[in-house]
Amino acid sequence: MGTTDKIYFYPLWLRIWHGFNALGIIILILTGISMQSSIETPIIGFNLAVNLHNIAGVIVLLSYIFFFAGNLWTGNGKFYRIKKKGFFRNLVKQATYYAWGMFHGESYPFPLSEKRKFNPLQKYSYVLVMYFAVPVVIVTGIALLFPEIIIDKAWGISGVFMTAILHSAMGFLISLFLIIHLYIASVGKSPLENYKSIFTGWHHI
Amino acid sequence: MNPYYILDTIAISNGVHKPFDCTDCHSSEYKAYPHKSELKLQPLSNCLDCHGGDASFAKYKFEEIEKEFKKSVHYKVYGENFNCSKCHSQHTYVATARNSNNVLDIVDYNNKMCLSCHNDMKKYKLVSGHENPKLVVIHDWLPNQELHFRHVRCIECHTEVKDSLMVSHNILSKDHAVKKCAECHSANSKLKASLYKYQNLQKRSENGTISSILTNSSYTIGTHQSPLLKLLSIVIFIAVLTGIIIHSLFRIFKKKN
Repeated sequence: MGTTDKIYFYPLWLRIWHGFNALGIIILILTGISMQSSIETPIIGFNLAVNLHNIAGVIVLLSYIFFFAGNLWTGNGKFYRIKKKGFFRNLVKQATYYAWGMFHGESYPFPLSEKRKFNPLQKYSYVLVMYFAVPVVIVTGIALLFPEIIIDKAWGISGVFMTAILHSAMGFLISLFLIIHLYIASVGKSPLENYKSIFTGWHHI
Repeated sequence: MNPYYILDTIAISNGVHKPFDCTDCHSSEYKAYPHKSELKLQPLSNCLDCHGGDASFAKYKFEEIEKEFKKSVHYKVYGENFNCSKCHSQHTYVATARNSNNVLDIVDYNNKMCLSCHNDMKKYKLVSGHENPKLVVIHDWLPNQELHFRHVRCIECHTEVKDSLMVSHNILSKDHAVKKCAECHSANSKLKASLYKYQNLQKRSENGTISSILTNSSYTIGTHQSPLLKLLSIVIFIAVLTGIIIHSLFRIFKKKN
């Protein structure tokens, strides 16, 4: 493979963010499930799970700020811009490729280039996770750390309870994303190709 | 004058014994003033003299409470000198836990019973003969100490749970107190058998419909699970996994062709 079909997609700052974020999110999911379902393992008891969850939460908050600022300053943010035109058509096109086209030798509907880092499906799910789910989970998480700032009752329903439900629902959404993210990453030139890319920064087209 | 002899008349008129005259329990000779000093030495009735064996008080199970109390650390150390009124003031007692809907009020009222001695150096020393250990220090290990103190009663951890009684009254020594977080922070929380056992608070602990949980004003990590959301999340999770497995099988299968 020549150097021409390689693009430097993931700059160092992005890879560092991705690493911290991944580590934080994985700890949050594991400790979150442990607290929610009250499964205590001999290694991680309830109090350790709470502490780890709080620490990992702060790591994800800091890494999110880093990610957000990085996207603003470096222009990486432009890859996340969604256009109204062809919103559904592109989505269907990409989904059809994954479900049908890739098994029938069809060519990639949205070839990646310096201008297009993500396919539409990828872009939409990244936006949903990074600009909706993660901010919501961070805000509700901070609120649960300081329950005195949460309104007592809204429409007769406990504010803390609603915040907690929202927090775990978003956490669940993020865990689904993580699983699909990890799986789809194996759909590349070769199954391990994309995993290598996020370490080296170079993506094979 | 001994400050403990001055009674708060407003508190008396709010207490459970408000229908009674002072002389219903104390000697009728108190009607003469100044009171004769030897009246003070006259023995008074104890709680069970009125409350024991009476059908109208049967639901409070005073006899069983007494039996449990006799196992408690208070009785073991101080014997008969430690009577009901050491915690439940016969003059001002209010059955808050049975009647209030506000958990924080119940907790506050209840904990003040313990704190009236355990946070009062003079009183504690009078009874125990030794220095009062600092509560904040000995509970140092407890995360979010202040939050816990405001939201649960001391007896939640310091009494044995007994199904037949609202509060067992068997106050445990500190070596036997609950120290494991998951005893409360779990789907099968101990709190359901203690604080949330009262009828007036019952609906908070029911782990059934969403509406009963949604109207809940207290939240304990682990105890509040919505069965519907739980089922939904499991279904979605399995669907996603199945999708991934089928997709990867296709990839393997198609490659071979």
